[in-house]
Parts: sequence; C-alpha cells; structure tokens
Amino acid sequence: MLKLENISKTYNHRHEPLTVFDRISYEMLDGDFISIVGPSGSGKSTLLLMLGGMMSPSSGKVVIDGESIYDLPPNRRAEFRRQKIGFVFQTFNLVPYLSALENVQMPLFLAGLSEVEQRERATSVLERLGLGARLAHKPSELSVGQQQRVALARMLANDPTVVLADEPTGSLDPETSAQVMDFFEEINHEGRTVVIVTHDPTVAQRAGKMLRLGDCKVPYYEQTPVWASVV
Amino acid sequence: MKLSKLVWKELFERKNQVVTGLLAILLGITVIVAMRNITFYSEKAVAQELDALGANILVLPKSVTLQNYYSADIQGQEFPEEYVNRLANSNIQGVDNLSPKLAVPVQIANHKFTLTGILPKSEFQAKALWKGAGIFSRPTGCGTVVNIPGLAPKDPKETLVRKRVIDTLNENEVLAGADVANSLGLKTNDNISLLGKSFSVAAVLPQTGTVDDSRIFAHLHTVQQLSGKGKVLSVIEIVGCCDQISKGLVSKINHLLPETKVVTIGQIVDTQIKTNQMMSSLSLVFIAIIVLVGGAGIANYMYANVRERRREIGTLIALGAGSGFVLRMFLYKAILLGLVGGISGYLLGTLLALLLGPRIAGIAVLPMPTLIIWALMISVIIAVSASYFPARSAARLDPCTTLQEI
Ligand SMILES: Nc1ncnc2c1ncn2[C@@H]1O[C@H](COP(=O)(O)OP(=O)(O)O)[C@@H](O)[C@H]1O
Ligand SMILES: [Mg+2]
Repeated sequence: MLKLENISKTYNHRHEPLTVFDRISYEMLDGDFISIVGPSGSGKSTLLLMLGGMMSPSSGKVVIDGESIYDLPPNRRAEFRRQKIGFVFQTFNLVPYLSALENVQMPLFLAGLSEVEQRERATSVLERLGLGARLAHKPSELSVGQQQRVALARMLANDPTVVLADEPTGSLDPETSAQVMDFFEEINHEGRTVVIVTHDPTVAQRAGKMLRLGDCKVPYYEQTPVWASVV
Repeated sequence: MKLSKLVWKELFERKNQVVTGLLAILLGITVIVAMRNITFYSEKAVAQELDALGANILVLPKSVTLQNYYSADIQGQEFPEEYVNRLANSNIQGVDNLSPKLAVPVQIANHKFTLTGILPKSEFQAKALWKGAGIFSRPTGCGTVVNIPGLAPKDPKETLVRKRVIDTLNENEVLAGADVANSLGLKTNDNISLLGKSFSVAAVLPQTGTVDDSRIFAHLHTVQQLSGKGKVLSVIEIVGCCDQISKGLVSKINHLLPETKVVTIGQIVDTQIKTNQMMSSLSLVFIAIIVLVGGAGIANYMYANVRERRREIGTLIALGAGSGFVLRMFLYKAILLGLVGGISGYLLGTLLALLLGPRIAGIAVLPMPTLIIWALMISVIIAVSASYFPARSAARLDPCTTLQEI
C-alpha cells in the first residue's frame, strides 16, 4: 500500500516560496493502475519523485508497505528504491556509454548481484521486451522506441512492486505508445502498482484510476476541480 | 557490471577529455622521472669515478679547484717536487701511499691526451733519506684502497689503476690508458714518440671509466725534463689511513705544506652532494608546481565531468545508488586517472632519460623500476586529492533537479 499523509511541498523559487502541494492525502492500493494528469507545472513530476523516495515533502509522510520512507536514513531509502521502486523517465535517461545489456544490469549491480546473475536477469528481461538481438547496442545505436524499451527493461530488472513513470510515452509515436501501454498493463496484471504521469488522454484512459492535478500557481482553495478526482 | 568496469567505460567514452585533464600531471611526472633517473646515474658515475681514483687525499696548487682536478684540467699550475721530500721526511703518521704527478698536454696525430709523469715506488725506497721516514716501512693497507682480486697480483703495472702506485717504471717506458691505446691502436711493446722522445709501451691499462683512460703515464723525471718545467708537480695523490684522516691528517699536511691546497675526496663528494641537493630541491620545486598545475588540471576535468554527468548521476540515484556509491565512483575514477598518469609518466620519463642521459650528462642510463612506485604515489595522491571536492559535489547533487531539467 502507498499512502500520502498530509503532504505539503514548497519549493524555494528564486527566494520566493512556491507551494505545489498543501496538506494533501491519498491512498493507492497494491495493484492499482493510476494515471496522473494535469497542466504543465501542476506538480506531477514532484508527486512522482516524492512517491519514489527521491524528494522529501516539506511536511507530511509517504508511507509504503507500512514504512514512512522519509523517516528512513538516506542509505536505507536508497536500498528501498533498489528493492521496491522502478522509475521510467520521459527522456529514458539511459547511460550513454553502456550497452543495452549493461544499462539493464545497472540496478542489479547496485543491488549487489553477481555479474553472472546480472547478465542472466538482464538478458531475460531484454528478451521479454523483444530486444534479445540488441544486447550489445549502445543507446545511440537504437531507435527511440527501442531506447524506451531498454528503459522499461531496466525499470523491470529489479522486479519492483511500485512502477513510477513520468510521461513514458511523451516522445513516442501513437503506435509505439500503445505498445508501451500494453506493457504497463501487462506488468500491472502481474500485481505491480503502476503510476503513470501523462498528457495524453488516450493513455490516461487506459489506467484504472485517474488523478487530476490543478494549477499550482492558483491558490489551493481556489482550484477546481479539487486536486484529486477518481474516474 | 562492476564499479571498475563502469568507471573504465566512462573513461574510454571521453578519452580526449581525460587526456587533456591528465596532460599537466603526465608531463610533470615525466620530467620528475627523467630528472631522478639521470641524477641517479650521474651520481653513480661520480661515485665510481671517485672510487676508481683510489687516493683519498689530494695535494693541489693553491689556485686549482676540485672541479679542475676532477675534470683533469690541472695543467699549467705546479708546485716544487721538494714538497714530496718534506712530506716523506715529516713525522706524519698514516700515509699509506704517495703518488706525485706532473700532467702536461700532448698531441698525437690530432688527438689530445694528457701525459702524466709518475714516480715508481722503487725510487722512493732507493732514496735513503725517505727510507727512514717510515712511510712505507709500516705494513700498508689501512687506507681505503681495496684490492680487486686477480687484478693487482696478475700484472704489477695495473696496480696503478687502483693503488695509485706502481713498483717500477723505466725512463723510456710508458703506460697507456685504455682510451689512448684504443684511439692510437697501441699494444704492449709498441713504440711511441712523445715530446720528441721514443718510448716503449710497457702496458695498456684496463678501462676504468675515469679521466685516467685518456692519459699516458711516464716516469716523472722524464716528463719534467721533456716539458722543460723543471722539478715541479701538479698534484700529490695520497692514500691516507682513514682513522688518521679523522685524527687531523689533512690539517697536519696543510700545516706542513702551507702553499698548497689539501683536500679530501670527502670534500669532492661534499661538493657533489651539494650539486645533488640543488638538483633535488629543484625537483621539489618541480613537484610543488606539478601538485598545483596537475591538481588544478584534474580538478577542472573532474568538475566538468560531474557537470556533464548530472543527469546520469540523478538516474543512478533513482535506480537505488546512494551518495556513498556516487562518491566511490568518482574517487575510483580519480585513482584510475592517477594510475594512468603515473604509469604513462614513468614510461615517458624513462624514455626521455634513456634518450637524453647520454647527451646531456654523458652517461648511460638504465630504467629504474623503483621510480614507478614514486610516480604512482605522487600521481595518485594528486589525482585523489584534486578529485575529492568534485566527487563530493557529485555525491551531494540533488537528483531531482538533475532529473527535472531537460
Ligand atoms: N527544483 C525546483 N525548484 C523550484 N521550483 C520547482 C522545482 N521543481 C519544480 N518546481 C516548480 O514546481 C512546480 C511543479 O513542477 P513539476 O512537478 O515539474 O510539474 P509538472 O511535472 O506537472 O510539469 C512548477 O511550477 C515548477 O516550476
Ligand atoms: Mg513533469
């Protein structure tokens, strides 16, 4: 279970405080498939980073499987990310000087697996994504769609229980985008919680629940619709 | 994947930047290694030369410097031969061997050599006056001269090479130094004409690696006569007893012969040591410059590298890397850079020393494997300290800002 308890987030933007979230609470169940939508600057990425243990809220708690992750010491939180969280970025963020296989090995390496295990697991995940013939290719030698699949394989390598994706289809054509959504659906059916930030209504529609964020520059109490609405 | 593999791959990806970043430290290590290597072998050459000299006290004309003597450039200044008698007739204890010499330049077939007049030991003993002095009546051997087994007993002429004395030498005989014999094609019993007189070559001396190799030795009195200088000497080489030297032998001789300059080989060694100290303080200055310039080069490269890899660092953190991992990754890289700089600096420096040694110092230089330890230590320490702050800044990066910026 993934719980946001009374979360506030205030950025210091050029010495001006900018409140993106003000005392919000929300609960995601295990196996939920949730899309987060909202205008640019509404705090979608911020929310995702807070959920992933990457950015601490100004106040409030993020509780995953009973543990308040920002009360953990930083190295325990890093371990938590290694074990439970899978991130996907809009820009893929593949390591440019590593091959597809090595990119997928990275989370396994960080989790302390032996090189043999890393290679076996990474190969099988890449094969699952149809990249068995591209193991030795560097990101620059792959098409955009293939790069995104490497990023998906890397996210899946550690067998995460929570998958957080920030606009994963933002730079893909509709066809590839649909394939990626098939993949998210598939891993959601395996029991993983999937949270996707998106601009694309067709993508958002495929999730079981939709979270709509308002414009954070408008004071919280004036926002319509309210920060979260479940479809 | 391993940390080492990750770091290597990144280094290879950006080779050119690495080379630029390492350039200063690489050049610095190269120069240090070359300098140390050449200095070591020139010190060794000097030590060998001094050892081969055999004598440990020199009596020189007042105006002659140690360097003049050392470079065999002592012609033109002399003192009376009578000083030998004064010395021999004194009650000074601890003189094992005396070797009075007169050096004059000669030219044979476009080659310039030094004709050195020496007095064979038999003539000291022939003089009744000297016998009583007791200088040679004591058992010899308390001086520093070492007998090389097989050399001295085999051929009595060769004792000149190590003991500075020779038992007999006729008025019409010469001993040829190795280089002289080589360039003139001389063999034992050949005849040679010097300053208008014909000599027979009594022996060709073995190679010593010193100025002796380009000298021809003849009887002192013959040389005095042929050069027309009269009863004069350019040097008296003395093998003094070490414990007597420490009891003031030098100042006693100085007192006895106030018009001369009496020096010990120790003083020559001291001058050499001073030169070497200058060299090593020079290399200290050099090391300081390298620390600054090389360190700045590496720090600059590292900061640029961290800046360039912000997004990658953010991604690694999202994948579960802790700040300790990021720090380790950059410090490991620093160690690798240090190793690369140290090893290539050592190789380049050694190459430079091998090429330049014979040219600038006139000595043969061999690679010195011990220098690689120094090269690596200096290089790694500089690289790691210069990388510490960039590495720490990488470990402290806020992954969110690096991921949010497009
Ligand atoms: N590191 C930051 N410092 C200051 N302001 C930030 C920072 N990150 C985001 N913001 C601001 O917070 C708001 C929400 O940003 P973000 O979560 O990236 O929105 P979204 O992903 O929905 O476009 C924006 O107005 C943005 O300018
Ligand atoms: Mg965003």
